[in-house]
Amino acid sequence: MELELKNLYDDFRDADTIKAYAKIIKVDAAKLKNSINIMEVCGGHTHTIMKYGLPQLLPSNIKFIHGPGCPVCIMPKERIDHAYVLSMQPNVILVTLGDMIKVPGSNGSLQTARSKGADVRFVYSPLECLKIAKENPTKKVIFFAIGFETTTPMSAALLDAVIKQNIKNVFFHINHVTVPEVMRELIDSRDIHVDSYNNKIDAFLGPSHVSVISGSKIYEEFPRDYNRPVVVSGFEPVDVMQAISMIVKQFIEGRCSLEVEYKRLVTYDGNVKAQELVNRYFDKADLFKWRGLGNIPKSGLKLKLEFKEYDAEDIYKDILPIGEIEDHKLCICGNILRGMANPPECTIFGTACKPTSPIGSCMVSSEGACAAYYKYGNLV
Amino acid sequence: MCLSIPSKVVKIDKENEIATVDTMGVQREASLSLMSEEDIHVGDYVLLHIGFVMNKIDEKEALESLELYREIIDAMNEEDRQLAILEADECSNQGD
Ligand code: SF4
Repeated sequence: MELELKNLYDDFRDADTIKAYAKIIKVDAAKLKNSINIMEVCGGHTHTIMKYGLPQLLPSNIKFIHGPGCPVCIMPKERIDHAYVLSMQPNVILVTLGDMIKVPGSNGSLQTARSKGADVRFVYSPLECLKIAKENPTKKVIFFAIGFETTTPMSAALLDAVIKQNIKNVFFHINHVTVPEVMRELIDSRDIHVDSYNNKIDAFLGPSHVSVISGSKIYEEFPRDYNRPVVVSGFEPVDVMQAISMIVKQFIEGRCSLEVEYKRLVTYDGNVKAQELVNRYFDKADLFKWRGLGNIPKSGLKLKLEFKEYDAEDIYKDILPIGEIEDHKLCICGNILRGMANPPECTIFGTACKPTSPIGSCMVSSEGACAAYYKYGNLV
Repeated sequence: MCLSIPSKVVKIDKENEIATVDTMGVQREASLSLMSEEDIHVGDYVLLHIGFVMNKIDEKEALESLELYREIIDAMNEEDRQLAILEADECSNQGD
C-alpha cells in the first residue's frame, strides 16, 4: 500500500476506529483499581478532545485534565503590555502570530492599539517579517515571538536570516517557553494541593509538535523521577484515543514508562537541526511569569547576550512597564491552567466572558480550554 | 496555532531552501531551513508549521499505524459478528 494524503487525513479521524478504541479502553478500564486523570499538556489536544467529544466516549474512571499548553493563554498581561507599548512607539511595526492580537492586557489588546493607530500586523509565518522590513526600511519591525518548543526554531530561523541578509530593522521581543519546566511545576504544586482538589495528575498525554522538534527524550524524567507515565500523542482523534489506550494499558500492567504513539513524526532525538538553531541564539531565562501559574524558574528563553542588538526588550528597557499585574478577580484561568477547575465553574463563563469579549486569555485562542468548552461544550 | 495537516512536497528550490507543497489540493511554499538538505525529497509527506517544514512523515510508521487500525476494526467486526451469531442462536433456541 502506498501512503496517500487522504489516509493521513481521514484515517486518523475515522469514526469506526475511534469507536473501536473506545471499546478497548472501556474493557481495559474496567480492570483498573483507581481512576486515572490524564493531563493533556497541549492546547491542540484540548481542542481535539472537545471537538470530537472524546470525554463522553470514555468510561467514568478515565478523566481529562486540561493543561497549560496554549501559548496565547499563558501570556501574562505584563508581556502583552510590553507589546502594546512597543506598538505605540513612533516608526514601529509590531508583528505577531495567531490569536495574540486579541488577548487583553491592562490597556487593552493589540487590536485596541491598532484602533488607536498603531501598526500591528498579524502574520502566518515569522518569515514575513523579512518582507515587511524590506518594504519599510525606515521603520523598526518588532517580532513579538510566542510559543513553545514548536515555534522557537522558527524565531531562531528568522534571526538567522536577518543576520545573514544583513537586515538592520528587525528586532525581537521573546516570549518562548518550554514544556518540561511547566509539567514539573504542575506536579510539584499540585502534590501540595492534592487533598483539597482530589484530582491529581496520574499521567500525561505528551504534546505533538513540541515533541516533533524536541524529541520524546525531554519527558524521560516524568516516568523515572515522578512516577507519571507519558505517552506522546498525535493531534488527530484516533491518535488521542490510541494514546489513552496505551496509558490505560500501562496502569493495568503496572508499568510506568515513556511511550510514543505519534511515531510517524516523533523520534527520541527530535529535529536536531532545529534544536541547534535554537541553541545558537537562545539561552534559558531565569524566570518566566506564566499567566495564572506565576513565576516558573528556567521556563522561558531569551536571546543570547551577543545578540542583544536585536533584543527589543533590551533596546526599549527604559520605556517598558515593570511590576506585577493582577488578573481579573473573577477569572479562574489560573486554576484551569493548573487543571484544578473546568471552564463552566467560572461564574462569568459564557456570560461576561465569551470569545467575542474575552476577559481571560483561555477564552481567546481556539486552543484555550474556555474557548473550546464554549464552542463544543454541548458535546460534553 | 498548532493544528496542521500533512502536505506533499511537489518541488524543491535548494538554493533558497524552499519547498512547494500540496496541502489538500492547495499549493504553497514552505521554508526548509529547519531540515537537512538530504532529508526531504519530492513526493515526501511533511508536516508544516507557521511556514516551515517541521519534519518529514515517516511513511513506514504511518502505514503501520493505519494497518493496526484496520486490524482492530476487523477484530471488532469479528467480535460483533460472533456476538450477533450468538444472539441469533439464543433466539432460535428460545423459539424451539
Ligand atoms: S471563562 Fe473567561 S474569565 Fe472565566 S476562567 Fe475562562 S477566560 Fe477566565
